[in-house]
Amino acid sequence: MNREVDLGALRSRAHAFRKTILKIITRAGSGHPGGSLSVIDLLTALYFHQLRHDPRNPAWPDRDRVALSKGHACPAWYVVLAECGYFDPAHLWTMRRMGSILQGHPDMARTPGVEISTGSLGLGFSAAIGMALAGKRDGRPYRVYAVLGDGECQEGSVWEGAMFAAHYGLDNLTAIVDRNGIQQTGRTEERIRLDPLADKWRAFNWDVQEIDGHEMGAIISALDRAAAAAGRPHAIVARTIKGKGVSFLEGVAGYHGKALTEDELARALAELDRGPRG
Amino acid sequence: MAITLARTAATKPTRDAYGEAIVEVARDNPRVVALTGDLRDSNRLEAFAAEYPDRFFECGIAEQNMVGVAAGLATCGKIPFVSSFAAFSPGRCYDQIRVLVAQTGLNVKLVSTHGGLTVGEDGMSAQAVEELAMMRSLARMTVIVPADAVETAQVIRAVAEHVGPVYVRLGRVGVPVLFDDSYRFSIGKAPVLRDGSDVTLAACGIMVAEALEAARLLEAEGISARVLNVSTLKPLDVTAILAAARETGAIVTAEEHTIYGGLGGAVCEMVAAHHPVGVERVGVQDRFGESGPPRPLMEAYGLTAGEIAAAARRAVSRKRAP
Repeated sequence: MNREVDLGALRSRAHAFRKTILKIITRAGSGHPGGSLSVIDLLTALYFHQLRHDPRNPAWPDRDRVALSKGHACPAWYVVLAECGYFDPAHLWTMRRMGSILQGHPDMARTPGVEISTGSLGLGFSAAIGMALAGKRDGRPYRVYAVLGDGECQEGSVWEGAMFAAHYGLDNLTAIVDRNGIQQTGRTEERIRLDPLADKWRAFNWDVQEIDGHEMGAIISALDRAAAAAGRPHAIVARTIKGKGVSFLEGVAGYHGKALTEDELARALAELDRGPRG
Repeated sequence: MAITLARTAATKPTRDAYGEAIVEVARDNPRVVALTGDLRDSNRLEAFAAEYPDRFFECGIAEQNMVGVAAGLATCGKIPFVSSFAAFSPGRCYDQIRVLVAQTGLNVKLVSTHGGLTVGEDGMSAQAVEELAMMRSLARMTVIVPADAVETAQVIRAVAEHVGPVYVRLGRVGVPVLFDDSYRFSIGKAPVLRDGSDVTLAACGIMVAEALEAARLLEAEGISARVLNVSTLKPLDVTAILAAARETGAIVTAEEHTIYGGLGGAVCEMVAAHHPVGVERVGVQDRFGESGPPRPLMEAYGLTAGEIAAAARRAVSRKRAP
């Protein structure tokens, strides 16, 4: 694909999204900031560069589909969906409240743009495989993207799905693994070792790319390449940093599932207002 | 509404009727697809796979992913029929069913064969005696246990037309063909197969034939038993169950399942809330199964016409007690 890509614009968007993500989680009083910040560059590139979709017509049969299998990172997804126009951004400030269209984990019945409800890990990936299978059998041109956490890859059903998608040659499917190295209670390699993670996907006969998941140019290239290569499903193992963008969140397991206090939020926003770091 | 019962001694496994019916249903509805976890023979899906190879998805021995794939297919307008053994689906994939099928309300049909003790020699790990309770506890889930092959064919057609999640439990072994072509199944209706005034025998699945036999035994003793075919466990037929409570004053439930949380549980919950009467539950008494031929297992676990009749006598005498 030779589309003109404005990497600076994508970076600016992702930077702004980081601030909104932290604000809405603090407003909600709970949520998952760490994994939302690690995945936001990937989601930004996906929605504002790659995806063929029409937020005004979310049921368009040929739309590309996204499943956020790491459903706990939904604050990042909600911010992106709102910016795309799937719903009024005012809803972001109601996240996790009773009656909100934005539940603590994605609920397809409530939120426009959410293709499948997730929360329990591994589930969205299998559902994405079903969408890709339907697309193949119906001869539809859409692509399907499943966004997984690395800790999520400890779920056995992920590998059931990996076998299945390779067996059926679902080259319209791309799994993006947010390899931030940290799960709820510590480093993935200290809980249950995942490495060599990319080799695992290769061994399951997937087309695998390893990239820096915060480098917009690399993300764009990987998405483009995955969309062009035929015959096998695609995995993009994206090395990321949990809590990316805020010094005191980066690489800290403690912010997997904890909102920032008002004071912490002020410090984080001050850092982010100084612009993207390094 | 009189139900004509078949007069033959023929038997047929309900899973055989599934295999035939889904081919018919798929002919009329191109959205119907079928999935199995390496059980196309046992699930009786070989004819479907041969006739509709593009609509048949072998999922391998991986039930969790199978249910997730089915949910994804359903989001794209397919009507997936997902089959395995009742021990494995829902046993191996309950969370996928809970989150991706029940909570979403997606149009997925879970049709499991080899339910209950009559799986036989494979023993307790293969004998699902608790999965109806698991499925009944899920909001939005319809739960159906057909009594014979004729009803099964109609159930498969009905659930394909019904929009929403359904669990259907079928069996491995031949069961008596109770109904003829005049039988009409409809979701949520528990037809009276035989009327009576002293006690109601509410049964599902293979226990319906036993309940009919029990009613004959009781008639010889002067006890008039009504027999209900409660093939839809959820939504339970409120009208039929409460009419039974009011008009006969005593109920016996009979199921090839633990007495907790299945048909017996459902009937107790309903009559306790709306019209309390004595309920005797015939079923598996808080135990697991074991290896053996189907009929001796049913006798050893008390799943017989004789046990139902004995329970009916207890229920009737409770009614008369001060």
